[in-house]
Amino acid sequence: MNKKRPARTAGRKLTFKDRYLPVILSAVTVTVVFLLLQRAVVRAEQWPRIKAQFFSIAAIAEVFPSVLKGFGINMLVWITALAAIAVWALTLAVFRSLSGPWFAPLRVFAIVYIDFFRGLPSLLLVLLFGFGIPALRLSGLPKSSLFWGALAIIASYAAYAAEVYRSGIDAVHEDQRIAAKALGLNQWQVLHYAILPQAIRNVVPSLLNLAVALQKDVALLSVLGVRDAVREAQIYTARTFNYSSLIAAALLFLAATIPMARFADYVTQKDRKRRLRIAP
Amino acid sequence: MKSKFEIENLTKYYGNTQVLDNISLSVGEHEVVCLIGASGSGKSTVLRCASDLVPFEQGCIRLNGQSIHDENFPQGEIHKQIGIVFQSYNLFPHIKVIDNITLAPRRVHKRTKRESEEHARELLSLFELSDYADSYPEQLSGGQQQRVAIIRAMANKPDILLLDEITAALDPELIGGVLSVIKNLRKQGMTMLVVTHEMGFARDLADRVCYLHQGKIVEEATPEKLFVHPEHPRTQQFLQSIIESGRLQRP
Repeated sequence: MNKKRPARTAGRKLTFKDRYLPVILSAVTVTVVFLLLQRAVVRAEQWPRIKAQFFSIAAIAEVFPSVLKGFGINMLVWITALAAIAVWALTLAVFRSLSGPWFAPLRVFAIVYIDFFRGLPSLLLVLLFGFGIPALRLSGLPKSSLFWGALAIIASYAAYAAEVYRSGIDAVHEDQRIAAKALGLNQWQVLHYAILPQAIRNVVPSLLNLAVALQKDVALLSVLGVRDAVREAQIYTARTFNYSSLIAAALLFLAATIPMARFADYVTQKDRKRRLRIAP
Repeated sequence: MKSKFEIENLTKYYGNTQVLDNISLSVGEHEVVCLIGASGSGKSTVLRCASDLVPFEQGCIRLNGQSIHDENFPQGEIHKQIGIVFQSYNLFPHIKVIDNITLAPRRVHKRTKRESEEHARELLSLFELSDYADSYPEQLSGGQQQRVAIIRAMANKPDILLLDEITAALDPELIGGVLSVIKNLRKQGMTMLVVTHEMGFARDLADRVCYLHQGKIVEEATPEKLFVHPEHPRTQQFLQSIIESGRLQRP
């Protein structure tokens, strides 16, 4: 069985031209098209003004340290929220999938929660939590708008993620539940050992997609005055009337989201291959 | 013979359609009873009701003389004492073969990991599957998966084993291996209630055969009698069609 695959001799022999011509052609056409585009933009009459307003290297260099510091807050909130959402959303999905009269309150709670938080704009929730709750001056509760704003984002995203988890639970074949029950596992054990591991594996690609969306939406906290990347950029703009600072923040977000999106693509591809392999 | 497992007046509806009509049958200790019948006659439903996987409208299931719905029947014990194997194996694809087998012993019977793995390996070697303990189910052939499913049910040390058309999804060349496992279990005295399409198998294996037609047991007899001199016209018709399709040799 372990014989080495022989060198390929069948079929037409590939020449240098066959192998490299397509690559060279694509590289040349792409370069030409983009060079032309760039020339068109740069030669436009308004370009110097646009460049000074948005792409001033001096302004970007000046503002970069403070925007980067703010971006650190964005990423910190992102990571924390990601962990909280993963756990809380799974809890909601489990509540929703429990059967039997004893679990009715949990089921109803999950349904109402998801309807409510999925139905409201995240921005509205952030304002409501971040300004509203600290304004109550309740003793014993944190007063930081960063805390409450982040909580609003977690509450909102968990509603989406819960539905993603639920679709994963529903996608596990009913026979798996019956088989687990037939072995004597109780409802909780059926979920824990048979259903959830398969369900979670099913939805990892969709969850990663949500994680990419969340990575940008943490910028919503800037409306609360939290000095994240967007807020820092706005402060600079307000002082200098130059928008290059926002471009600096934009570049930082892209530097984070594009690798994340590629990673999500990679995981989705791997998952697809796994499914194709399993399918009979 | 003392009856170990009894189904009494079992009646089951799906919506307004009656699928089982007053089914009664009993299985004695170490006895093997086969249920045969056309598709849709309700054979699999009998097993699903008998193992308390689906609810039913009327009737009673007794194990060792005690109703499984009796208040005194130990809670959660039903599935530990009644094992069932399905047509589509239903192994858990995300865990290894050995973990499939030890899941219930460890989590339901609270045996230690070592103890349950030792027992699982014994069973695996008995069924010539030792090499596959650390494989995932998808890496096994259908016949091997079905044998693992049988081992998984046996690892619970059930009082009775229900087999639901366990060879129906298998390629013909894989059926033999699974059937020999069942013959082996019979030799060891396992009590079994078997739904099967393999008439030859039912003839060789069963102590008694029940023919099910439209949710009713039409005829119940020893295999010698039922396959050679069926009394009921329905049974005669059914066996005739089986013989004509080449799946049973003319007696």
